[in-house]
Amino acid sequence: MFGVAHVLGSLLAIFGATYALPLVCSLIARDGQAFTFIIAAGISAGGGLLISFATRGHSRELKPRDGFLLATLSWVLMSASASIPLLIAIPGLSFTDAYFEAMSGLTTTGATILSGLDNLPPSINLWRHALHWFGGLGIIVLAVAVLPLLGVGGMQLYKAEAPGPVKDEKLTPRITETAKSLWVVYTFLTVIGILALRLCGMSWLDAICHAFSAMGLGGFSTHDASVAYFNSVPIELVLMLMMVLASLNFARHFVALRRLSVRPYLQDPEAKAIALVLTVSVPGIALLLTINGTYPDFITSLRHAAFNVISMATTTGFVTQNFEQWPVFAPIWMLFLTCITCSTGSTGSGIKMFRTLLLARQAGRELKLLVHPSAMWPVRIGGRPIPDAIGDSVLAFIFLYFMTVVVLTFALLLTGLNFDSSFSAIIASVNNTGPGIEAVGPIRNYSELTPIQTWICTVAMLVGRLEVFSVLVLFTPAFWRK
Amino acid sequence: MKIVILGAGQVGRTAAYHLSREEANEVTVVDTNEDALRDLQDRLDIRTVAGNASYPTVLEAAGAAEADIIVALTSSDEVNMMACEVAYVLYRTPTKIARIRSAEYTNRKELFSEEALSVDVFISPEQLVTEYIERLIRHPGALQVLDFADGKVRLVGVRARRGGPLVGRAIRELKEHLPKADARIVAIYRAGRSIRPEGDTIIEEGDEVFFLAARNDLKRVMGELRKEDGPVRRVVIAGGGNIGFRLAKALEKENQVKLIERDTRRARKISELLENTIVLNGDAADEELLIEENIDSADVFASLTNSEEANILSAMLAKRLGAHKVMALINKPSYAELMESGSIDIAISPQTVTIGSLLAHVRRGDVVRVHSLRRGAAEALEIIVHGSDRSSRVVGKRVEEIRLPEGASIGAVVRGDEVIMAHHDTMIEADDHVILFLADRRQVEAVERLFLGAATR
Repeated sequence: MFGVAHVLGSLLAIFGATYALPLVCSLIARDGQAFTFIIAAGISAGGGLLISFATRGHSRELKPRDGFLLATLSWVLMSASASIPLLIAIPGLSFTDAYFEAMSGLTTTGATILSGLDNLPPSINLWRHALHWFGGLGIIVLAVAVLPLLGVGGMQLYKAEAPGPVKDEKLTPRITETAKSLWVVYTFLTVIGILALRLCGMSWLDAICHAFSAMGLGGFSTHDASVAYFNSVPIELVLMLMMVLASLNFARHFVALRRLSVRPYLQDPEAKAIALVLTVSVPGIALLLTINGTYPDFITSLRHAAFNVISMATTTGFVTQNFEQWPVFAPIWMLFLTCITCSTGSTGSGIKMFRTLLLARQAGRELKLLVHPSAMWPVRIGGRPIPDAIGDSVLAFIFLYFMTVVVLTFALLLTGLNFDSSFSAIIASVNNTGPGIEAVGPIRNYSELTPIQTWICTVAMLVGRLEVFSVLVLFTPAFWRK
Repeated sequence: MKIVILGAGQVGRTAAYHLSREEANEVTVVDTNEDALRDLQDRLDIRTVAGNASYPTVLEAAGAAEADIIVALTSSDEVNMMACEVAYVLYRTPTKIARIRSAEYTNRKELFSEEALSVDVFISPEQLVTEYIERLIRHPGALQVLDFADGKVRLVGVRARRGGPLVGRAIRELKEHLPKADARIVAIYRAGRSIRPEGDTIIEEGDEVFFLAARNDLKRVMGELRKEDGPVRRVVIAGGGNIGFRLAKALEKENQVKLIERDTRRARKISELLENTIVLNGDAADEELLIEENIDSADVFASLTNSEEANILSAMLAKRLGAHKVMALINKPSYAELMESGSIDIAISPQTVTIGSLLAHVRRGDVVRVHSLRRGAAEALEIIVHGSDRSSRVVGKRVEEIRLPEGASIGAVVRGDEVIMAHHDTMIEADDHVILFLADRRQVEAVERLFLGAATR
């Protein structure tokens, strides 16, 4: 246990260093928040170093089970640390709300509980978006990249956090190098995004914040009206492109950039499936909106359908239109897409396209077996046969995932929230999307929830981000048995 | 250094373990057995690729194009050679090491010449282990005998026993006891912990002492540390596999060798191939058989079957029945440690014997030979010094002036045919072979850097 605490301490201390970003922003913008971040960094780094120092005698190689505990605890603690600046800078904010906001940031949910975003100090806004960015690729991946001393333990940790069912895929033999490569690609794409958004007319702060938000598939915005505030087609196009890129596997980006070729994408079954889902859904919903007369012409419908569908499907949660007003098929379809679309190894959450494909193929196999009972049908994805062990773990995942949704929805219903709000809030939280419908709809936010409801959603975000297993395993007796 | 290891068998796994724990190395392991790979991936910070090791697509996926070294350690000689060939033709991989067991291939040196097979170095673990055991048998009393500079200098590990004139005395008295012999004690392990040998260190009974000496002086130095064991005459080998057979073949001319093999057909086959060895068909753990064959008068009992548990048990049994000294082939380091502390005289770890020959190629600088000691915790290296006194941090310096990392010591210098035991005032010259002992393997990098200073500048 002390061994875990030792690493946890150093992770927290490293997290303290990330406060440098808003601190610099605060000094440039002269918004008077510099001290806020110095205090927060001090608490985080100081606390971390203290824990690390107090347990220094217990430093040891991490075991597989330590990875889960460490991943979950570090997300819980880092969210707490990340809420400190919000508590200091925003008067009257309760701890519940600040923690929700921080967790929403780190898990890239993008559900906000604050209003009057436009008037927040720039550095606080930057901090919220920086959380998206750090949480997007994973704070542990970041730690593994800068903490080579974790060694094999690094892989255990990485596995506890990395999204998707196939986690042994390494870009380079060393886990540290893999983590570094991923961060280089991630940073590179983000910088391009910032420049593109700036060229489209955003201010530097808005460009940086929205690029962070889009790359991490978060959904925070610096404006209450979200992206609708800009009302600009080029900005929407850039953001859409970024969101689609971020919803693909970053290992593919790495290979594609290194070889300067698009072939890695064309060979990626997940990328193909995502492209298919989006090219069917976007025009389809645009057509529905035109026929329904929501917007005067098809082009306007296409613009709004494209942005909002992509934003929801990639679990981002930017909005430009109140899609709750659309024909009921559209918002529910978008909530469905949010569950399945993102790719393994992307910054998005949810079931992941790989698992969706696997489940579909597995179901198909069962149907074929009814016709040819003694046939051998390996489950293939992208032509590659998938070992049965992965299929089994995906089945278990999907069951736990839906049970999580069901149980937490019931929990919200128990607090008196209506069904539409409860269900969509949980779907939007577990998939780290943000907006749902009714009480948590696109033009409203989570501030209407009671503290208990807020905590339920906070838990849903954490469980969803760590893909259920890493959190739930901590609640099994077998985990704690010596 | 980027290293691709082909084959995740016993040797491949050990190689991956030893190589990947050195921070500078990036290791990828290829094997057809996905379960073995998954297991390995969970334990080590490496990448694994499943597939046939000699296929270009598989080598490509394993990063052969960027690899500095390819080490082919699969169980098939042919796959190993083919993989090296493929790697060379397609990717021009600089260093290709292959495990080749069959003497049919290794006896024909021209197969590995410039224009023939693209194998730079071949290693035969069985051969290495056999030679190792043979040296142990020829030097009764030694725990380890390792060659440097083509055997001119040897590093010997001995357990100090009462009866040795030097036991209970300070190291510096060695010089007075043996004025003619030149030897240097480089390390002492007492109860598993390393002690830095100084002139006034007292050698206690039970210490594991490592010393370097010229080949001819070995016997006399060993006699200082324990009562001399008589020469070995009667050897009983359990297990007629590759190693057991080769050992019998090597020893049968000068010793009385008995070999116990369980499998009737194998026993018959080796009995045809061996001339003076008595091949017995039976179980090495069969008490009756051992007594029948006068195990109590055996000087050495070596248990060399494939199963380490069987080796341990039959060696313990032989010891109890009166065999003078028993050895067992033990793969698991934890078993070896358990056994050497009591029931068995010498635990032979095939991996530690083999890994040294791989490590020599991974080391930067002109490292000729590496011997892994104490199950990989310590290391002995032979490095050729290059450069001049201006470009090198070593050349033209006296031993005391060289700033070695903690726990490292220069034991001997070989200059041409001359063997010089290192003293504080020994001057290092260019092209010397310097033999170093590192009590802590983690210092290897510092030593490499010290000696590299010459080669790079």
